[in-house]
Amino acid sequence: MNRLIKGGRVVDPAGGTDAVQDVWIADGRIHKVGRGLKAPAGAETVDATGKVVCPGFIDMHVHLREPGFEYKETIASGTRAAAAGGFTAVACMANTFPVNDNRAVTDYILARARVEGVVRVYPIGAVTRNLEGTQLAELAEQAEAGCVAFSDDGKCVMNAELYRRAMEYALPFGVPVISHAEDCDLGHGAMHEGFVSTELGLSGQPAAAEEVMVARDIILAELTGAHLHVAHISTAGSVRLVRDAKARGVRVTAEVTPHHLLLTDEVVRSYDSSCKMAPPLRGKRDVEACLEALVDGTIDCVATDHAPHALSEKEGEFAEAANGIVGLETAVPLLLDRLVRPGVLDLPTLVTRFSTGPARLLNLPGGSLAPGAAADITILDLERTWTVDPATFRSRGRSTPFAGFTGIGAPWMTLVGGVTVAS
Amino acid sequence: MSWKRKDLLGMQDLDAAEIIGVLDTASSMKEIAAREIKKVPTLRGKTVVNLFYESSTRTRTSFEIAGKWLSADVINFSASGSSADKGESLLDTARNIEAMSPDVVVVRHKAAGAPALLARHLRCGVVNAGDGAHEHPTQALLDLMTIREKKGHLEGLNVTIVGDITHSRVARSDIYGMRKMGITVTVAGPPTLIPAQCQELGVKVSHRLEEAIAHADVIMMLRLQHERMEGGFIPSLREYSRVWGLSLAKLEHCRPDVLIMHPGPVNRGVELAPEVADSPYSVILDQVANGVAVRMAVLYMLAGSKGA
Repeated sequence: MNRLIKGGRVVDPAGGTDAVQDVWIADGRIHKVGRGLKAPAGAETVDATGKVVCPGFIDMHVHLREPGFEYKETIASGTRAAAAGGFTAVACMANTFPVNDNRAVTDYILARARVEGVVRVYPIGAVTRNLEGTQLAELAEQAEAGCVAFSDDGKCVMNAELYRRAMEYALPFGVPVISHAEDCDLGHGAMHEGFVSTELGLSGQPAAAEEVMVARDIILAELTGAHLHVAHISTAGSVRLVRDAKARGVRVTAEVTPHHLLLTDEVVRSYDSSCKMAPPLRGKRDVEACLEALVDGTIDCVATDHAPHALSEKEGEFAEAANGIVGLETAVPLLLDRLVRPGVLDLPTLVTRFSTGPARLLNLPGGSLAPGAAADITILDLERTWTVDPATFRSRGRSTPFAGFTGIGAPWMTLVGGVTVAS
Repeated sequence: MSWKRKDLLGMQDLDAAEIIGVLDTASSMKEIAAREIKKVPTLRGKTVVNLFYESSTRTRTSFEIAGKWLSADVINFSASGSSADKGESLLDTARNIEAMSPDVVVVRHKAAGAPALLARHLRCGVVNAGDGAHEHPTQALLDLMTIREKKGHLEGLNVTIVGDITHSRVARSDIYGMRKMGITVTVAGPPTLIPAQCQELGVKVSHRLEEAIAHADVIMMLRLQHERMEGGFIPSLREYSRVWGLSLAKLEHCRPDVLIMHPGPVNRGVELAPEVADSPYSVILDQVANGVAVRMAVLYMLAGSKGA
């Protein structure tokens, strides 16, 4: 099958391209990118005039909840949400039930994704059995089955000795160990510790709860030579630690979520549990530091930490509500409007952080429109206006602090292997 | 005075004129307690629901008496533990209560923000009777009433609040209310029990009891919860009592007309030496008596002023 995406502004940072060009897709792969391409007979033409054609966006931090928590999300609903949000691939975290700590679960997720999924699904295996932090999971078999990284996300492996062994053991597989950096003794508070938590009377967790673990894990990465990836970085101190470590040549990468880039703990004043997640929304200086780090490349990628829950788990008292919000369907529009439109971040850098960044650090195919690459393509419409309405989400999760936000710029079409999965 | 609020959720929401309005109303209500027949028909036919998710004797009883003296029908709804433990969510409970058409719901809950959540979903008035470590506005109002009665005024006074500020809703409501009335507030306690960025609340912070109380017109001693030792906030009750407990000896360096207050219940021998609790400086029982008057005023303003 041949398709020709005509007349769009092709932004392919990996290939150094930012120009109006055509993209010729043949048999699910990029065949050629260039000006004035002639479609072969029978090719379908997509008129992308005025649109932006990018390598497919990858969300490397998603909770698809299947198996075990299908009432929150399924591979079917989660991947549809991803496609609608402009993502061609997601990496899904291991805190399912049963936990993805063995190849049977990895196989199951991949099998379900083949049948039900509409975007590529890359499982992330657990570091420790049942996420208990006491014994290594069978990392070799999980890597063999297709896990692209290891993480106990949602929980921090508090035992430094065990985490060191995990990093060492994972070395031959060439995949990163992803750290949910949150000291669970320091970090049990319901929100960020600061003036707002003091006023609201909610228990606070200090930025230090994250930073002590980022520091520990960087030191362990230095000791072991492992590739450490810091999930959902949220504080100025963590950013400084990662920046310093990168300068020293430590193999460390980091991601940031849209909510940690756009919101502060001030929004918790409503006691609205759609503002509750881990790590919590931080202060203004933290947000500024994360933005700066996203621009300068200290932070390698944007990831949503899409964490759907049932309404009943989110609608009650703030302190008792579940941690987590959905993000797949709001991330790209929010960052286009709030960062790219005002010029905080240029478009090619945003594309890099959404595609090339995660593809490289997870060693995934994708992240470029080079000939021969899978035709995973995200097409953006920078003029499209939007309003966040959770009722229209494809995700089964509805909890977002961005409900009612409006803006301009959104995904227009998502293609996986040359096939349109959302438009 | 004109009271325009549906709910009383916290002192942070009120301005000085509203606070004075409540205090004046409460002062006029106080006379009812001295009558032989303690009943006025003001809230006849009105229903007040006491929805207490946390155990409380004093506050619940105080609201109950306040409602009854105003002739309201008062229903006590106690739920031990969290709403989640009961299997019914707070919102479901709220919807059920709403269906019974109360005029005012008085709620105490261990979760900060729970009264605000209820207020958003209920058409009737909601009074916060204490939510987690957030606010306890009627306590602050009765404290202000007691201070005004004893000192004759509020503006320009120095109040020192001593103890576990971090976990205290009384401290927060007192700070908000007192600051609005022109009182200078000092908080004192071990650094582990002073919340983050506390100075930004507009208070002085002290880590030395003697220094903090030396010039105080009023000393508010907070109850120390025994479980604070397990959280590592303090090493022992014994040490806390020695360093932070108020004894007659420590009072010697204070102003001779200092008032000792406590929101109760008192841990005798921990934050307050028994002889201090029973001393002429102590106005703890005046606080309790004024609590009924303040709650009558609040119930009247929320349920009664709309007209029967």
